[in-house]
Amino acid sequence: MKPAPFDYVAATDLSEALDALQEGGSDARVIAGGQSLVPMLNMRLARPATLVDITRIPELSRIEAKGDQIIIGAAVRQATLESWPDLADRLPLVRAAISWVGHTQLRNRGTVCGSVAHADPSAELPLCLLALGGTVTLRRRRKTRTVAARDFFQGMMSTDLAPGEMITSVSIPARKQGTGYAFREVARRHGDFAIVACAAIARPDGSSTLTVGGVADTPQTLDLPADTTGRDDRLNEFAWHLQARDDLHATARYRRDLVRRLGRTTLKEALSCRD
Amino acid sequence: MPRLTKDEKPAVRFTLNGRAVSPEAPPRMLLSDLLRHEIGATGTHVGCEHGVCGACTVQVDGAPVRACLMLAQQAQGCDIRTVEALAEGPELSPLQAAFREHFALQCGFCTAGILMTLDALFASQPEADEATIREALSGHLCRCTGYAPIVQAALAARNRIKGGPIDA
Ligand SMILES: Cc1cc2nc3c(=O)[nH]c(=O)nc-3n(C[C@H](O)[C@H](O)[C@H](O)COP(=O)(O)OP(=O)(O)OC[C@H]3O[C@@H](n4cnc5c(N)ncnc54)[C@H](O)[C@@H]3O)c2cc1C
Ligand code: FES
Ligand code: FES
Repeated sequence: MKPAPFDYVAATDLSEALDALQEGGSDARVIAGGQSLVPMLNMRLARPATLVDITRIPELSRIEAKGDQIIIGAAVRQATLESWPDLADRLPLVRAAISWVGHTQLRNRGTVCGSVAHADPSAELPLCLLALGGTVTLRRRRKTRTVAARDFFQGMMSTDLAPGEMITSVSIPARKQGTGYAFREVARRHGDFAIVACAAIARPDGSSTLTVGGVADTPQTLDLPADTTGRDDRLNEFAWHLQARDDLHATARYRRDLVRRLGRTTLKEALSCRD
Repeated sequence: MPRLTKDEKPAVRFTLNGRAVSPEAPPRMLLSDLLRHEIGATGTHVGCEHGVCGACTVQVDGAPVRACLMLAQQAQGCDIRTVEALAEGPELSPLQAAFREHFALQCGFCTAGILMTLDALFASQPEADEATIREALSGHLCRCTGYAPIVQAALAARNRIKGGPIDA
Protein backbone atom coordinates (compact mmCIF):
# COMPACT_ATOMS: atom_id res chain seq x y z
CA MET A 1 0.00 0.00 0.00
CA LYS A 2 2.77 2.45 -0.87
CA PRO A 3 3.19 4.34 -4.14
CA ALA A 4 5.62 3.03 -6.74
CA PRO A 5 8.58 5.42 -7.24
CA PHE A 6 8.05 8.57 -9.32
CA ASP A 7 9.82 11.84 -10.08
CA TYR A 8 8.26 14.88 -8.47
CA VAL A 9 8.09 18.42 -9.82
CA ALA A 10 6.72 21.08 -7.47
CA ALA A 11 6.01 23.73 -10.09
CA THR A 12 6.17 27.34 -8.96
CA ASP A 13 4.67 28.80 -12.12
CA LEU A 14 2.46 27.64 -14.91
CA SER A 15 5.16 27.34 -17.57
CA GLU A 16 7.22 25.01 -15.35
CA ALA A 17 4.19 22.79 -14.92
CA LEU A 18 3.35 22.81 -18.64
CA ASP A 19 6.97 22.01 -19.59
CA ALA A 20 7.10 19.07 -17.18
CA LEU A 21 3.76 17.74 -18.46
CA GLN A 22 4.86 18.10 -22.08
CA GLU A 23 8.15 16.33 -21.39
CA GLY A 24 6.50 13.51 -19.45
CA GLY A 25 3.74 12.91 -22.00
CA SER A 26 1.29 10.20 -21.01
CA ASP A 27 3.53 9.03 -18.13
CA ALA A 28 3.25 12.37 -16.36
CA ARG A 29 0.32 13.36 -14.23
CA VAL A 30 -0.87 16.42 -12.38
CA ILE A 31 -1.18 16.10 -8.62
CA ALA A 32 -3.51 18.68 -7.10
CA GLY A 33 -5.11 17.89 -3.73
CA GLY A 34 -4.11 14.24 -4.04
CA GLN A 35 -7.39 13.12 -2.47
CA SER A 36 -8.22 10.79 -5.36
CA LEU A 37 -4.76 10.33 -6.85
CA VAL A 38 -2.85 9.35 -3.70
CA PRO A 39 -5.29 6.52 -2.85
CA MET A 40 -4.78 5.29 -6.45
CA LEU A 41 -0.99 5.55 -6.03
CA ASN A 42 -1.15 3.75 -2.69
CA MET A 43 -3.16 0.92 -4.22
CA ARG A 44 -0.90 1.05 -7.29
CA LEU A 45 -3.88 1.57 -9.56
CA ALA A 46 -1.84 4.47 -10.94
CA ARG A 47 1.93 4.35 -11.55
CA PRO A 48 2.90 7.64 -13.18
CA ALA A 49 6.60 8.23 -13.90
CA THR A 50 6.33 11.92 -13.00
CA LEU A 51 3.98 13.87 -10.77
CA VAL A 52 3.62 17.59 -11.36
CA ASP A 53 2.37 19.40 -8.27
CA ILE A 54 0.38 22.49 -9.27
CA THR A 55 -0.85 23.64 -5.87
CA ARG A 56 1.94 26.18 -5.31
CA ILE A 57 1.32 28.12 -8.50
CA PRO A 58 0.00 31.51 -7.40
CA GLU A 59 -1.81 32.29 -10.67
CA LEU A 60 -3.93 29.14 -10.25
CA SER A 61 -4.97 29.95 -6.69
CA ARG A 62 -7.62 32.54 -7.46
CA ILE A 63 -11.41 32.69 -7.44
CA GLU A 64 -12.47 35.53 -9.75
CA ALA A 65 -15.82 36.96 -10.76
CA LYS A 66 -15.76 38.11 -14.39
CA GLY A 67 -19.13 39.40 -15.50
CA ASP A 68 -21.59 36.57 -14.95
CA GLN A 69 -18.87 33.91 -14.74
CA ILE A 70 -17.10 32.69 -11.63
CA ILE A 71 -13.63 31.45 -12.54
CA ILE A 72 -12.00 28.97 -10.19
CA GLY A 73 -8.28 28.27 -10.63
CA ALA A 74 -6.84 24.76 -10.56
CA ALA A 75 -5.11 25.20 -7.20
CA VAL A 76 -8.25 26.40 -5.38
CA ARG A 77 -9.11 23.92 -2.64
CA GLN A 78 -12.70 22.81 -2.13
CA ALA A 79 -12.57 24.24 1.43
CA THR A 80 -11.46 27.61 0.05
CA LEU A 81 -14.45 27.76 -2.27
CA GLU A 82 -16.70 26.58 0.57
CA SER A 83 -15.67 29.57 2.67
CA TRP A 84 -15.66 32.08 -0.21
CA PRO A 85 -17.89 34.88 1.15
CA ASP A 86 -19.83 35.31 -2.14
CA LEU A 87 -20.60 31.62 -2.61
CA ALA A 88 -24.21 31.66 -1.37
CA ASP A 89 -25.05 34.72 -3.45
CA ARG A 90 -23.20 33.87 -6.68
CA LEU A 91 -23.24 30.06 -6.75
CA PRO A 92 -26.14 28.85 -4.58
CA LEU A 93 -26.16 25.40 -6.20
CA VAL A 94 -22.48 24.84 -5.46
CA ARG A 95 -23.00 26.07 -1.94
CA ALA A 96 -25.75 23.52 -1.38
CA ALA A 97 -23.65 20.73 -2.89
CA ILE A 98 -20.15 21.31 -1.59
CA SER A 99 -20.59 20.10 1.97
CA TRP A 100 -21.51 16.71 0.45
CA VAL A 101 -18.06 16.36 -1.14
CA GLY A 102 -16.29 13.86 1.12
CA HIS A 103 -15.46 15.09 4.60
CA THR A 104 -14.02 18.40 5.70
CA GLN A 105 -10.62 16.73 6.17
CA LEU A 106 -10.65 15.87 2.43
CA ARG A 107 -12.01 19.23 1.27
CA ASN A 108 -9.14 20.94 3.09
CA ARG A 109 -6.82 19.49 0.41
CA GLY A 110 -8.97 18.43 -2.53
CA THR A 111 -9.32 20.98 -5.33
CA VAL A 112 -12.39 21.94 -7.34
CA CYS A 113 -10.64 21.32 -10.67
CA GLY A 114 -9.14 18.04 -9.42
CA SER A 115 -12.64 16.74 -8.82
CA VAL A 116 -13.61 17.83 -12.34
CA ALA A 117 -10.50 16.15 -13.83
CA HIS A 118 -11.17 12.95 -11.91
CA ALA A 119 -14.77 12.83 -13.23
CA ASP A 120 -16.18 10.33 -10.79
CA PRO A 121 -19.80 9.59 -11.83
CA SER A 122 -20.96 10.31 -8.25
CA ALA A 123 -18.98 13.49 -7.71
CA GLU A 124 -20.94 16.59 -6.77
CA LEU A 125 -18.78 19.31 -8.32
CA PRO A 126 -18.74 17.90 -11.88
CA LEU A 127 -22.51 17.52 -11.50
CA CYS A 128 -22.88 21.21 -10.59
CA LEU A 129 -20.54 22.30 -13.39
CA LEU A 130 -22.59 20.37 -15.91
CA ALA A 131 -25.97 21.44 -14.52
CA LEU A 132 -25.00 25.12 -14.64
CA GLY A 133 -23.54 24.93 -18.14
CA GLY A 134 -19.96 25.67 -17.07
CA THR A 135 -16.77 25.35 -19.07
CA VAL A 136 -13.31 23.89 -18.51
CA THR A 137 -10.16 25.73 -19.61
CA LEU A 138 -7.34 23.43 -20.72
CA ARG A 139 -3.74 24.39 -21.36
CA ARG A 140 -0.78 22.73 -22.92
CA ARG A 141 2.53 24.37 -23.70
CA ARG A 142 1.44 26.31 -26.74
CA LYS A 143 -2.29 25.92 -26.78
CA THR A 144 -5.28 26.96 -24.71
CA ARG A 145 -8.77 25.68 -25.32
CA THR A 146 -12.11 25.97 -23.59
CA VAL A 147 -14.51 23.04 -23.57
CA ALA A 148 -18.13 22.96 -22.42
CA ALA A 149 -18.64 20.67 -19.42
CA ARG A 150 -21.07 18.53 -21.43
CA ASP A 151 -18.31 17.76 -23.96
CA PHE A 152 -15.58 17.44 -21.34
CA PHE A 153 -17.13 14.54 -19.41
CA GLN A 154 -16.98 11.55 -21.73
CA GLY A 155 -17.52 8.56 -19.49
CA MET A 156 -16.78 7.07 -16.12
CA MET A 157 -13.58 8.85 -15.01
CA SER A 158 -12.87 9.67 -18.60
CA THR A 159 -12.63 13.16 -20.01
CA ASP A 160 -11.44 15.15 -23.00
CA LEU A 161 -8.12 15.91 -21.24
CA ALA A 162 -5.19 15.01 -23.54
CA PRO A 163 -1.66 13.90 -22.51
CA GLY A 164 0.52 16.91 -21.78
CA GLU A 165 -2.55 19.00 -21.02
CA MET A 166 -3.93 20.29 -17.74
CA ILE A 167 -7.00 22.12 -16.47
CA THR A 168 -6.08 25.67 -15.47
CA SER A 169 -9.56 26.72 -14.36
CA VAL A 170 -13.25 26.03 -14.55
CA SER A 171 -15.77 28.75 -15.22
CA ILE A 172 -19.27 28.54 -13.71
CA PRO A 173 -22.18 30.85 -14.63
CA ALA A 174 -23.31 32.82 -11.57
CA ARG A 175 -26.87 32.88 -10.20
CA LYS A 176 -29.41 34.47 -12.49
CA GLN A 177 -32.31 36.60 -11.28
CA GLY A 178 -35.58 34.77 -10.79
CA THR A 179 -33.94 31.35 -11.00
CA GLY A 180 -34.14 28.72 -8.26
CA TYR A 181 -31.41 26.21 -7.46
CA ALA A 182 -31.62 23.09 -5.32
CA PHE A 183 -29.36 20.15 -4.53
CA ARG A 184 -30.16 16.88 -2.77
CA GLU A 185 -28.29 13.68 -2.27
CA VAL A 186 -28.60 10.26 -0.71
CA ALA A 187 -25.43 8.50 0.44
CA ARG A 188 -24.85 5.62 2.85
CA ARG A 189 -23.30 8.00 5.37
CA HIS A 190 -22.68 11.71 5.19
CA GLY A 191 -19.48 12.24 3.21
CA ASP A 192 -19.69 8.97 1.30
CA PHE A 193 -20.00 9.02 -2.46
CA ALA A 194 -23.56 9.69 -3.65
CA ILE A 195 -25.85 6.80 -4.45
CA VAL A 196 -27.97 9.39 -6.23
CA ALA A 197 -27.35 13.15 -6.35
CA CYS A 198 -29.82 15.62 -7.90
CA ALA A 199 -29.33 19.22 -8.96
CA ALA A 200 -32.38 21.18 -10.10
CA ILE A 201 -32.55 24.58 -11.75
CA ALA A 202 -35.93 26.30 -12.14
CA ARG A 203 -36.14 29.28 -14.50
CA PRO A 204 -38.43 32.35 -14.25
CA ASP A 205 -40.84 30.92 -16.86
CA GLY A 206 -41.35 27.80 -14.73
CA SER A 207 -39.35 25.47 -16.96
CA SER A 208 -36.67 23.47 -15.19
CA THR A 209 -33.73 21.14 -15.60
CA LEU A 210 -32.85 18.17 -13.46
CA THR A 211 -29.30 16.80 -13.52
CA VAL A 212 -28.62 13.48 -11.86
CA GLY A 213 -25.28 12.02 -10.78
CA GLY A 214 -24.30 8.67 -9.30
CA VAL A 215 -26.35 6.52 -11.66
CA ALA A 216 -25.03 6.65 -15.23
CA ASP A 217 -21.34 6.93 -16.20
CA THR A 218 -21.63 10.73 -16.35
CA PRO A 219 -24.26 13.10 -14.90
CA GLN A 220 -27.39 13.18 -17.09
CA THR A 221 -29.87 15.95 -17.73
CA LEU A 222 -33.65 16.10 -18.10
CA ASP A 223 -35.35 19.27 -19.35
CA LEU A 224 -38.89 19.84 -18.17
CA PRO A 225 -41.49 22.36 -19.38
CA ALA A 226 -43.38 24.68 -17.02
CA ASP A 227 -46.52 22.60 -17.45
CA THR A 228 -46.29 19.89 -14.79
CA THR A 229 -48.78 17.48 -16.33
CA GLY A 230 -47.13 14.13 -16.90
CA ARG A 231 -44.05 15.13 -14.93
CA ASP A 232 -43.96 11.91 -12.90
CA ASP A 233 -44.11 9.87 -16.11
CA ARG A 234 -41.17 11.80 -17.52
CA LEU A 235 -39.22 11.29 -14.33
CA ASN A 236 -39.98 7.58 -14.48
CA GLU A 237 -38.84 7.35 -18.10
CA PHE A 238 -35.69 9.28 -17.23
CA ALA A 239 -35.00 6.95 -14.28
CA TRP A 240 -35.13 3.93 -16.63
CA HIS A 241 -33.13 5.72 -19.32
CA LEU A 242 -30.18 6.11 -16.90
CA GLN A 243 -29.67 2.33 -16.91
CA ALA A 244 -28.85 2.04 -13.24
CA ARG A 245 -26.74 -0.93 -12.20
CA ASP A 246 -26.66 -3.02 -9.02
CA ASP A 247 -23.53 -2.55 -6.97
CA LEU A 248 -22.22 -2.86 -3.44
CA HIS A 249 -23.96 0.32 -2.35
CA ALA A 250 -27.44 0.02 -3.84
CA THR A 251 -29.59 -1.96 -6.24
CA ALA A 252 -30.57 -0.59 -9.62
CA ARG A 253 -34.17 -0.54 -8.51
CA TYR A 254 -33.39 1.53 -5.42
CA ARG A 255 -31.46 3.99 -7.58
CA ARG A 256 -34.37 4.35 -10.02
CA ASP A 257 -36.70 4.96 -7.14
CA LEU A 258 -34.37 7.61 -5.76
CA VAL A 259 -34.20 9.33 -9.16
CA ARG A 260 -38.00 9.54 -9.22
CA ARG A 261 -38.53 10.67 -5.62
CA LEU A 262 -35.43 12.72 -4.93
CA GLY A 263 -35.74 14.21 -8.42
CA ARG A 264 -39.28 15.34 -7.73
CA THR A 265 -38.42 16.86 -4.34
CA THR A 266 -35.36 18.65 -5.69
CA LEU A 267 -37.35 20.12 -8.60
CA LYS A 268 -40.06 21.30 -6.22
CA GLU A 269 -37.51 22.95 -4.00
CA ALA A 270 -35.88 24.75 -6.95
CA LEU A 271 -39.27 25.99 -8.18
CA SER A 272 -40.21 27.32 -4.76
CA CYS A 273 -36.93 29.14 -4.08
CA ARG A 274 -36.92 31.29 -7.26
CA ASP A 275 -36.30 34.92 -6.33
CA MET B 1 11.83 24.29 -8.31
CA PRO B 2 13.97 21.58 -9.92
CA ARG B 3 12.71 18.09 -10.52
CA LEU B 4 13.27 15.55 -7.76
CA THR B 5 14.14 12.23 -9.30
CA LYS B 6 12.65 9.16 -7.74
CA ASP B 7 15.84 8.10 -5.93
CA GLU B 8 16.69 11.47 -4.43
CA LYS B 9 16.03 12.02 -0.74
CA PRO B 10 16.18 15.75 -0.11
CA ALA B 11 15.29 17.23 3.26
CA VAL B 12 11.73 18.37 3.84
CA ARG B 13 11.79 21.46 6.02
CA PHE B 14 8.71 22.10 8.10
CA THR B 15 7.54 22.87 11.61
CA LEU B 16 6.36 19.92 13.65
CA ASN B 17 4.57 20.80 16.88
CA GLY B 18 6.39 24.12 17.06
CA ARG B 19 9.85 22.73 16.31
CA ALA B 20 11.72 23.08 13.00
CA VAL B 21 12.53 19.66 11.53
CA SER B 22 14.17 18.55 8.27
CA PRO B 23 13.91 14.80 7.75
CA GLU B 24 14.82 13.30 4.40
CA ALA B 25 12.19 11.79 2.12
CA PRO B 26 12.06 10.41 -1.42
CA PRO B 27 9.14 11.69 -3.55
CA ARG B 28 7.05 8.57 -3.02
CA MET B 29 7.08 8.74 0.79
CA LEU B 30 3.76 9.62 2.45
CA LEU B 31 3.61 12.24 5.19
CA SER B 32 2.19 9.59 7.56
CA ASP B 33 5.27 7.41 7.05
CA LEU B 34 7.62 10.36 7.38
CA LEU B 35 6.09 11.23 10.75
CA ARG B 36 6.06 7.68 12.06
CA HIS B 37 9.17 6.09 10.59
CA GLU B 38 11.61 8.93 9.97
CA ILE B 39 10.72 11.16 12.91
CA GLY B 40 9.35 8.52 15.27
CA ALA B 41 6.19 10.49 16.02
CA THR B 42 4.01 7.40 16.26
CA GLY B 43 1.02 9.10 17.87
CA THR B 44 -0.41 9.51 14.37
CA HIS B 45 -1.90 6.17 13.37
CA VAL B 46 -2.35 4.58 9.97
CA GLY B 47 -5.40 2.47 9.19
CA CYS B 48 -6.45 2.35 5.57
CA GLU B 49 -4.08 4.55 3.55
CA HIS B 50 -6.85 5.67 1.28
CA GLY B 51 -8.42 8.51 3.18
CA VAL B 52 -11.41 6.67 4.59
CA CYS B 53 -10.71 5.92 8.25
CA GLY B 54 -9.30 9.21 9.53
CA ALA B 55 -6.77 7.62 11.91
CA CYS B 56 -3.90 9.53 10.29
CA THR B 57 -5.52 12.99 10.54
CA VAL B 58 -3.05 15.77 11.43
CA GLN B 59 -3.27 19.56 11.21
CA VAL B 60 -1.51 21.26 8.32
CA ASP B 61 -1.47 25.04 8.73
CA GLY B 62 -4.32 24.67 11.20
CA ALA B 63 -6.60 22.54 9.02
CA PRO B 64 -7.21 18.83 9.65
CA VAL B 65 -6.07 16.68 6.71
CA ARG B 66 -5.20 13.06 5.99
CA ALA B 67 -1.46 12.46 6.43
CA CYS B 68 -1.78 9.28 4.35
CA LEU B 69 -2.94 11.32 1.32
CA MET B 70 -0.13 13.86 1.45
CA LEU B 71 3.32 13.29 0.04
CA ALA B 72 6.04 14.03 2.57
CA GLN B 73 7.55 16.49 0.07
CA GLN B 74 4.28 18.44 0.07
CA ALA B 75 4.88 19.32 3.73
CA GLN B 76 7.72 21.66 2.66
CA GLY B 77 7.30 24.94 4.57
CA CYS B 78 4.11 23.84 6.36
CA ASP B 79 3.19 24.11 10.01
CA ILE B 80 2.18 20.63 11.13
CA ARG B 81 0.61 19.61 14.43
CA THR B 82 0.06 16.06 15.59
CA VAL B 83 -1.50 14.55 18.69
CA GLU B 84 1.86 14.86 20.45
CA ALA B 85 1.25 18.63 20.60
CA LEU B 86 -1.87 18.45 22.74
CA ALA B 87 -0.70 17.51 26.25
CA GLU B 88 1.49 19.83 28.34
CA GLY B 89 4.00 17.38 29.77
CA PRO B 90 1.98 14.91 31.88
CA GLU B 91 -1.03 17.27 31.83
CA LEU B 92 -3.75 16.19 29.37
CA SER B 93 -5.39 18.94 27.35
CA PRO B 94 -9.05 19.66 28.24
CA LEU B 95 -10.09 17.78 25.11
CA GLN B 96 -7.99 14.73 25.98
CA ALA B 97 -9.19 14.84 29.60
CA ALA B 98 -12.81 14.90 28.43
CA PHE B 99 -12.18 11.85 26.25
CA ARG B 100 -10.81 10.01 29.25
CA GLU B 101 -13.68 11.01 31.55
CA HIS B 102 -16.36 10.07 29.03
CA PHE B 103 -14.85 6.74 27.96
CA ALA B 104 -14.56 8.13 24.45
CA LEU B 105 -11.80 5.69 23.59
CA GLN B 106 -11.25 2.00 24.00
CA CYS B 107 -8.44 0.68 21.82
CA GLY B 108 -7.44 4.25 20.95
CA PHE B 109 -6.60 3.54 17.35
CA CYS B 110 -8.92 6.23 16.00
CA THR B 111 -8.36 8.70 18.84
CA ALA B 112 -5.35 10.71 17.66
CA GLY B 113 -7.07 11.60 14.40
CA ILE B 114 -10.34 12.50 16.08
CA LEU B 115 -8.57 14.72 18.61
CA MET B 116 -6.80 16.63 15.82
CA THR B 117 -10.08 17.19 13.97
CA LEU B 118 -11.88 18.38 17.12
CA ASP B 119 -8.95 20.53 18.24
CA ALA B 120 -9.01 22.32 14.87
CA LEU B 121 -12.80 22.62 15.00
CA PHE B 122 -12.84 24.26 18.44
CA ALA B 123 -9.97 26.56 17.47
CA SER B 124 -12.00 27.96 14.58
CA GLN B 125 -15.51 27.49 16.04
CA PRO B 126 -15.43 27.52 19.84
CA GLU B 127 -19.25 27.51 19.82
CA ALA B 128 -19.64 24.55 17.45
CA ASP B 129 -23.02 22.87 18.04
CA GLU B 130 -23.65 19.15 18.19
CA ALA B 131 -24.58 18.92 14.50
CA THR B 132 -21.30 20.60 13.53
CA ILE B 133 -19.37 18.28 15.84
CA ARG B 134 -21.08 15.23 14.33
CA GLU B 135 -20.38 16.47 10.82
CA ALA B 136 -16.66 16.87 11.67
CA LEU B 137 -16.64 13.39 13.22
CA SER B 138 -18.18 11.89 10.09
CA GLY B 139 -14.66 11.90 8.66
CA HIS B 140 -13.55 9.32 11.24
CA LEU B 141 -14.25 5.66 11.81
CA CYS B 142 -14.28 4.22 15.32
CA ARG B 143 -14.87 0.50 15.65
CA CYS B 144 -15.07 0.43 19.45
CA THR B 145 -17.11 3.17 21.07
CA GLY B 146 -20.25 3.52 18.96
CA TYR B 147 -19.50 7.28 18.73
CA ALA B 148 -21.97 8.43 21.43
CA PRO B 149 -19.26 8.82 24.11
CA ILE B 150 -17.09 10.68 21.59
CA VAL B 151 -19.85 13.20 20.94
CA GLN B 152 -20.37 13.57 24.70
CA ALA B 153 -16.69 14.13 25.31
CA ALA B 154 -16.56 16.68 22.50
CA LEU B 155 -19.51 18.61 23.95
CA ALA B 156 -17.99 18.53 27.42
CA ALA B 157 -14.62 19.70 26.10
CA ARG B 158 -16.27 22.49 24.14
CA ASN B 159 -18.06 23.74 27.26
CA ARG B 160 -14.85 23.64 29.25
CA ILE B 161 -12.68 25.44 26.76
CA LYS B 162 -15.25 27.82 25.31
CA GLY B 163 -13.84 31.31 25.11
CA GLY B 164 -10.36 30.32 26.26
CA PRO B 165 -7.43 29.19 24.16
CA ILE B 166 -7.60 25.48 23.56
CA ASP B 167 -4.44 23.94 24.86
CA ALA B 168 -2.47 26.97 25.87
C1 LIG C 1 -12.62 8.91 1.55
C2 LIG C 1 -12.92 9.80 0.37
C3 LIG C 1 -14.22 10.22 0.17
C4 LIG C 1 -14.51 11.04 -0.92
N1 LIG C 1 -15.80 11.40 -1.10
C5 LIG C 1 -16.11 12.18 -2.14
C6 LIG C 1 -17.46 12.58 -2.40
O1 LIG C 1 -18.38 12.25 -1.65
N2 LIG C 1 -17.70 13.34 -3.49
C7 LIG C 1 -16.70 13.74 -4.34
O2 LIG C 1 -16.97 14.42 -5.30
N3 LIG C 1 -15.42 13.40 -4.12
C8 LIG C 1 -15.11 12.64 -3.05
N4 LIG C 1 -13.80 12.27 -2.87
C9 LIG C 1 -12.77 12.72 -3.85
C10 LIG C 1 -12.27 14.13 -3.54
O3 LIG C 1 -13.29 15.06 -3.73
C11 LIG C 1 -11.07 14.57 -4.41
O4 LIG C 1 -10.59 15.72 -3.79
C12 LIG C 1 -11.29 14.94 -5.84
O5 LIG C 1 -11.93 13.91 -6.54
C13 LIG C 1 -9.96 15.13 -6.56
O6 LIG C 1 -9.43 16.39 -6.33
P1 LIG C 1 -7.90 16.54 -5.95
O7 LIG C 1 -7.58 17.97 -6.03
O8 LIG C 1 -7.64 15.86 -4.66
O9 LIG C 1 -7.20 15.81 -7.18
P2 LIG C 1 -6.02 14.74 -7.24
O10 LIG C 1 -6.31 13.58 -6.37
O11 LIG C 1 -4.73 15.43 -7.06
O12 LIG C 1 -6.17 14.31 -8.76
C14 LIG C 1 -7.23 13.50 -9.21
C15 LIG C 1 -7.06 13.22 -10.70
O13 LIG C 1 -7.25 14.41 -11.46
C16 LIG C 1 -6.06 14.79 -12.15
N5 LIG C 1 -5.95 16.23 -11.99
C17 LIG C 1 -6.08 16.96 -10.84
N6 LIG C 1 -5.99 18.27 -11.10
C18 LIG C 1 -5.81 18.39 -12.44
C19 LIG C 1 -5.66 19.50 -13.31
N7 LIG C 1 -5.69 20.76 -12.87
N8 LIG C 1 -5.48 19.25 -14.64
C20 LIG C 1 -5.46 17.99 -15.10
N9 LIG C 1 -5.61 16.90 -14.32
C21 LIG C 1 -5.78 17.10 -13.00
C22 LIG C 1 -4.94 14.00 -11.50
O14 LIG C 1 -3.91 13.75 -12.42
C23 LIG C 1 -5.66 12.73 -11.09
O15 LIG C 1 -5.79 11.88 -12.18
C24 LIG C 1 -13.48 11.46 -1.80
C25 LIG C 1 -12.17 11.05 -1.57
C26 LIG C 1 -11.88 10.23 -0.50
C27 LIG C 1 -10.46 9.80 -0.28
S1 FES D 1 -4.91 5.93 7.22
FE1 FES D 1 -5.31 7.88 6.44
S2 FES D 1 -7.44 7.91 6.40
FE2 FES D 1 -7.06 5.87 6.99
S1 FES E 1 -11.43 3.45 20.19
FE1 FES E 1 -11.01 1.68 19.02
S2 FES E 1 -11.41 2.43 17.03
FE2 FES E 1 -12.08 4.06 18.21
